[in-house]
Amino acid sequence: MVGIVSYGTYIPEFRLRVADIAGAWHKEAQEVIGSLGLMEKSVPAADEDAVTIALESALQCFQSSKKTPSDVEALFVGSESHPYAVNPTSTIVGELLGVGRNYLAADLEFACKAATAGMEALAGLIEAKHIALGLAIGADTAQSKPHDSLEYTSAAAGVAVLMSREAGSRSAGGGKLIANLLSYTSYSSDTPDFWRRDGIQYPSHAGRFTGEPAYFAHVMGATQLLMKKTNVTPEGIDYCVFHMPNGKFPRDVARRLGFTNEQLAPSLIVDHIGNPYSASSLMGLAAVLDIAKPGQTIFMVSYGSGAGSDAFLWKVTDQITSYRRKKRQTVAEQMAKKTYIDYVGYLKRTHKI
Amino acid sequence: MNVSIIGAATTKFGELWAVSPRMLAREAVHGAMVDAGTEAREIQALFVGNMLSGILGGQEHLGAFFAEELGLTVPAFKIEGACASGGLALHNAVCSVLSGQYKTVIALGVEKMTDHRPEDVATALMGAGSEEERLAGATFPGLYALLSRVHMETYGTRPQDLAAVSVKNHYHASLNPNAQFRRLITIEQVLGSTKIADPLTLLDCSPISDGAAAVVITSGQSPKKSVSIVASTVATDTLGLAQRKSLTELRATKDAASRAYKMASVEAKDIDIAEVHDCFSIAEILALEDLGFYAKGKAAPAVSRNEVTIGKSKRLVVNPSGGLKGCGHPVGATGIKQIVELVEQLRGIAGDRQVKGAKIGLAQNVGGSGATAVVHIVCKAR
Repeated sequence: MVGIVSYGTYIPEFRLRVADIAGAWHKEAQEVIGSLGLMEKSVPAADEDAVTIALESALQCFQSSKKTPSDVEALFVGSESHPYAVNPTSTIVGELLGVGRNYLAADLEFACKAATAGMEALAGLIEAKHIALGLAIGADTAQSKPHDSLEYTSAAAGVAVLMSREAGSRSAGGGKLIANLLSYTSYSSDTPDFWRRDGIQYPSHAGRFTGEPAYFAHVMGATQLLMKKTNVTPEGIDYCVFHMPNGKFPRDVARRLGFTNEQLAPSLIVDHIGNPYSASSLMGLAAVLDIAKPGQTIFMVSYGSGAGSDAFLWKVTDQITSYRRKKRQTVAEQMAKKTYIDYVGYLKRTHKI
Repeated sequence: MNVSIIGAATTKFGELWAVSPRMLAREAVHGAMVDAGTEAREIQALFVGNMLSGILGGQEHLGAFFAEELGLTVPAFKIEGACASGGLALHNAVCSVLSGQYKTVIALGVEKMTDHRPEDVATALMGAGSEEERLAGATFPGLYALLSRVHMETYGTRPQDLAAVSVKNHYHASLNPNAQFRRLITIEQVLGSTKIADPLTLLDCSPISDGAAAVVITSGQSPKKSVSIVASTVATDTLGLAQRKSLTELRATKDAASRAYKMASVEAKDIDIAEVHDCFSIAEILALEDLGFYAKGKAAPAVSRNEVTIGKSKRLVVNPSGGLKGCGHPVGATGIKQIVELVEQLRGIAGDRQVKGAKIGLAQNVGGSGATAVVHIVCKAR
């Protein structure tokens, strides 16, 4: 059985209020907040990028585990804000962690679902017994053009997930899993709802087209495929997690799929930090793992523009109880630790001025 | 005038992301030709109303483009007149038949807008405005907001009266299976929606839409299900508002309407149904007054009193299709869709939105902020 050995999260402490962005552009703040369903977003410091954020999340991940970076045999970093177009984030992070030399490193890009694609790849490598331990990281300092509607939601954060197989199985390696991966699947199509060409600073998007034929079609498509594959229904699941491009979409898609607000609410990090792109659904998963009890199930679906969704069904193990006793900051604690900045400060920190 | 509409059809209007302009045109024209019982070999010319294919889609030469798609090799023309492109296409089609050059022709209106970013569409639409307005950053919501302000200050028109236009047209659209917005809205929802250009809110404004509509017209009297075109007129005015003598009317509408009434030998009071150009709620108010249905300052309260609503009107029903606000506004298609609606109403096949006993219909199609106005009057074939 493949599963999660440990996870780490990192949320930059700076926050920008949606009302302050709206005010800068003479928009009605309450209309924007009501339309997008969030109040504020996280902002990276001037010296933070996808590499540093990935590293911070990975360091926290190892602080909570007996595994060390040198045990890692594959390292994937998913992001749409890799600092280099050519020159991998994954090797920089691997070097700084001290992974060594005998590991597979790759950068992944698939809009907001690059990291979950990495998790599927790790699961395959582990299931095939090609590796015993792999690290998938989603880290972004999400880009958005000033005055674009993306500006209200694009945020920064990172999540690292250490995956392995259950220790004690006949093959070598493995670890104590805090959540078993019961099943997973993907749903992909050529749907150009959001894109950024090489050399272009900010992404473009197709407005309302990002909704029904993009986010909803793929998230619902992946969900329905996995439910059919695993023969589960929303009633049989304890928590659901959906990618959070804004506050409305995950709530809407959960309702359409038959999930309750109680199943969804613990994952809604978007309300507090916005959309950290590749880290969005993983941060939702981390927030749920922070509170989940042994035996509970978590249904998680990512979404990446272009477009695709990866769906995962997790079952929390007894190990989660002892895992939490390790010294680590929860997602809730990281979200609560914040320093508000104004719009000009945001422009400076994100190098727009 | 001896021209008949023998076939009419429209596609569904809305965000049709999976449908190309070719598919839209094919569906509308095929529907109109089947309705007419006309073979392709009988079609002698194609008139295409479209505004934005060049600036948004990079595709000009639309006459040949759609002729190819429809399997025709007849003379084909793109007619552009901003949001009045559809009405102008029909006017040119009518003139071509009246001239004797052609006997049976198609007027097609088609527009594909939702594949493009709203800001790009808004910029493209300002191609219909004056250079001064464009350079000043004006948009059509802003220009119609100016017209609203003047009307409010001159006649005491209230925001809730403007909102009543949208409420009515959404009600009518709820009865139209091809409409973009088939849901009811309230005065409070209109007034409380996002402000676009004060006093106009989001729900005072027609949407960006995809869609196509087509009619087959022919010279002479026609089979029993046909509708006669008894007037087809066009008038123009200045592109910008600054040069206008009055901002409480669209002079082009008044000019086109007065000539149309004379041409058809009818008066405003004879009209049973009207499809008017409600690109913004104030535009329907201006239309009802400029077309002579109401005295200046009297249309807005009348709409609020449901005097032009299906099932409540005692004489005139306005925008039974849902208008631009409720049915949608694929700009080049709108003028033809108005005619398709009148045809269905006069034939008595409009279903839940049927206006009982309708005999004479009027369509008013406007380009820009009133720089072009096209008026058609149609009646049941006698």
